[in-house]
Amino acid sequence: MSENVAGASWKGRGLRAWLLVDSPESLFHARCQRLYLSWRAFSANPIAMTGLLIIVALVLAAIFAPLITGGNGTEQVLGDRLLPPGAAHWLGTDELGRDIYQRIVWGSRITLYIVGLVAIIVVPIGMVIGTVAGYVGGWVDNVLMRFTDIFLAFPRLILALAFVSALGPGIENAVLAIALTTWSPYARLTRAETITIRNSEYIMAARLQGASRLRILYGHVVPLCVSSVVIRLTLDMAGVILTAAGLGFLGLGAQPPLPEWGAMISTGRQFLLDQWWVATIPGIAIFTVSLGFNLLGDGLRDVLDPKSEGRA
Amino acid sequence: MIQVRDLSVAFGRGAHAVRAARDVSFHVAQGESFGLVGESGSGKSTVLRALSGLLTNWTGAMTVGGRTLGPRRDKAFYKLVQMVFQDPYGSLHPRHTVDRILGEPVAIHRLGDADARIARALENVGLGARFRYRYPHQLSGGQRQRVAVARALILEPKVLLLDEPTSALDVSIQAEVLNLLERIKRERGLTYILVSHNLSVVAHMCARLAVMNHGAVVEELTVDQLRAHAPTHAYTRQLLTASLGYDRAAVERFEDFAESA
Amino acid sequence: MSARPLLSVEDLRVDFATPKGVVEAVRGVSFDVGREKLGVVGESGSGKSVTGRAILGLVRPPGKIRARRIEFDGIDLLSTDRRTLNQIRGGRISMVMQDPKFSLNPVITVGKQIAEAYRLHGDAGRKAAKRRALDMLAAVRIRDPERVYNAYPHEVSGGMGQRIMIAMMLSPDPDLLIADEPTSALDVTVQMQVLAILDDLVTQRGMGLIFISHDLNLVASFCDRVLIMYAGRIMEVCDAKRLNEARHPYTRGLLNCLPRIDEPGGNLPVLNRDPAWVDQRL
Repeated sequence: MSENVAGASWKGRGLRAWLLVDSPESLFHARCQRLYLSWRAFSANPIAMTGLLIIVALVLAAIFAPLITGGNGTEQVLGDRLLPPGAAHWLGTDELGRDIYQRIVWGSRITLYIVGLVAIIVVPIGMVIGTVAGYVGGWVDNVLMRFTDIFLAFPRLILALAFVSALGPGIENAVLAIALTTWSPYARLTRAETITIRNSEYIMAARLQGASRLRILYGHVVPLCVSSVVIRLTLDMAGVILTAAGLGFLGLGAQPPLPEWGAMISTGRQFLLDQWWVATIPGIAIFTVSLGFNLLGDGLRDVLDPKSEGRA
Repeated sequence: MIQVRDLSVAFGRGAHAVRAARDVSFHVAQGESFGLVGESGSGKSTVLRALSGLLTNWTGAMTVGGRTLGPRRDKAFYKLVQMVFQDPYGSLHPRHTVDRILGEPVAIHRLGDADARIARALENVGLGARFRYRYPHQLSGGQRQRVAVARALILEPKVLLLDEPTSALDVSIQAEVLNLLERIKRERGLTYILVSHNLSVVAHMCARLAVMNHGAVVEELTVDQLRAHAPTHAYTRQLLTASLGYDRAAVERFEDFAESA
Repeated sequence: MSARPLLSVEDLRVDFATPKGVVEAVRGVSFDVGREKLGVVGESGSGKSVTGRAILGLVRPPGKIRARRIEFDGIDLLSTDRRTLNQIRGGRISMVMQDPKFSLNPVITVGKQIAEAYRLHGDAGRKAAKRRALDMLAAVRIRDPERVYNAYPHEVSGGMGQRIMIAMMLSPDPDLLIADEPTSALDVTVQMQVLAILDDLVTQRGMGLIFISHDLNLVASFCDRVLIMYAGRIMEVCDAKRLNEARHPYTRGLLNCLPRIDEPGGNLPVLNRDPAWVDQRL
């Protein structure tokens, strides 16, 4: 319990000392320190780092797609159809002569778009419903949870099919369908955490200061639920990608000529035996990205687990 | 300053109802330190919770500062009465810096001048500016409890409810925190209600105390009466004997003061 | 001491490897325990609990125990084989911990747990073990042993739970009992009652008792001798009755900063930690 006098002053000793000093000098400083320590814990885990690397590669590929590819993968050169991977076309060409490497890279944008859109819809809705239900309790809790149960009961792919047949195919509709079946577990998760948190003394202390319910929910409860939600989200992303790919496979997601990976597998199906690369390579891409999200989620769980909150 | 009459709290219903507090009555004058002593389940914390508004299903009559209390409390009440909790590890939000913890009441009551208030509050409890941006897990138990006291005082209340404020602390840290509470009370003319199971702490800090058992007030006495070993009720005498240290012969005479109807 | 001490510890050191470096929880502790009540007092972080656990080898990795000698009744606990160690643990040296809620298995009845503890250290059959368990429950002054025998841990109060722990730990008739804050979670009157039971049992059976606690007053009134620990080392050893004559400034500081019923209020003298104590050798 003695003070770390040696770490008291960081001046003149560089960034690392600034990040490790015992007494942060501002909120920004304090937050940077926490981030740094979390990063150190995270980066010590090679499996987590692998996951992170994969996702970073995905993001970079999406951002720099125009720079790392010649075209955008929609150019059809029928004379070059079904070429195997080689010097001219790194991953071969598909049945319409389109370069598969280009389509994979540009398809990463679609993957990220779907994943990002689902996250943006699912997390706020799930957290708002969960925290309100957990904190207020009573009939409000009952009504909200039954509402959640209804959505929990729908099988994802079937609902997506129904949606898409009613509204027509397209990425946005696929995203909507996926989001509608993905938000329920977040509400339940957040509600369970909120119920545990609401009896804590720091919440009581906040009430005793006259804090409104909104302030308590937003400022006290939500920050503590974020870790579990983030972990769940990264692990869910793998499933979301697979569902989107499934929809694409059925022709219900992104429409041609968009290079959506699932659609690529679907159209490449018929050539599986002789020109395996047309369907397999998008499959590997999907597998790799799903794996990346899973590993990242596992690594984040080790770092963000509230049980290890006490560790500096 | 504080008047409590026939306060009763029951949890559950019918035959299985647990009566956590039964017709508790006492009064505290302004500037006084009043102790509520009892073992676990005696109802002492329940009384504080009802007073502070954390519990709403109570019956009886309570007035603080001349105003009668209803089931709910308003902001003006919280400017008058504040509470310090027992567990220094649980009463501070784990994701908030000390600065945020102290700044929140200021923001809620729109007092303004937050920066100066926070700095002053930290100085007042003997913590310097270097603790301002730490997170609770970077503080020791005694430091956390000081932050809790600072948080309670930043709204400049007139009454402090102390729920076992030093029970979770080491003995040497307890002495520091008790001294701090004593000094603050003197400087600001505060009124304290101190709840504890530790008779020595209560005897040290309070002038008058009430002894509770199974939800009811067994006896009210002054600290002088306690020191003279002259409590009237047998339960208080037993509690006093047990608090003085291990005495094999005395233990033989201990009775079980079960809940009366 | 004329007879050979029951337990002899010489230069005990316990280290924990943490991400921030090595933490030395116990730094060279030496003491002897005979058939007496020895109190070990210290604040949190003093290493008192770790010392108790180290005697029984109950420190999990990354903790490392080193000592020049830990000798129990002539047996060197550091070099003995696993089988002998397991026989000694629970059979000849027992341990009672702070909260019975966490030391009793919640899904097995209390009686079965006591009987199991007994059978682990002897060749008793089921009936004999049950009889023994009922006898032990009566020995710890539980009024209705049959009913409590069939109860689950959550159905009994804290004080009774601790008495059950004592019954369980004493059923194999150990020679030495290590009690780590056995009454800290209990109300003060219940505390006294449980201590009285412990007192009687220890005296009747001629056992040794190591009583670890943060409560200096309690230890002074209950034990025969007291060890004061600070920062992993022993600061002072003295007879319990003569604690008021203690000379080490840390002990004096601890004694002075206690609020006492019999003394008037006012400022409590604050303990000033002299950094020299950390390096002191007793």
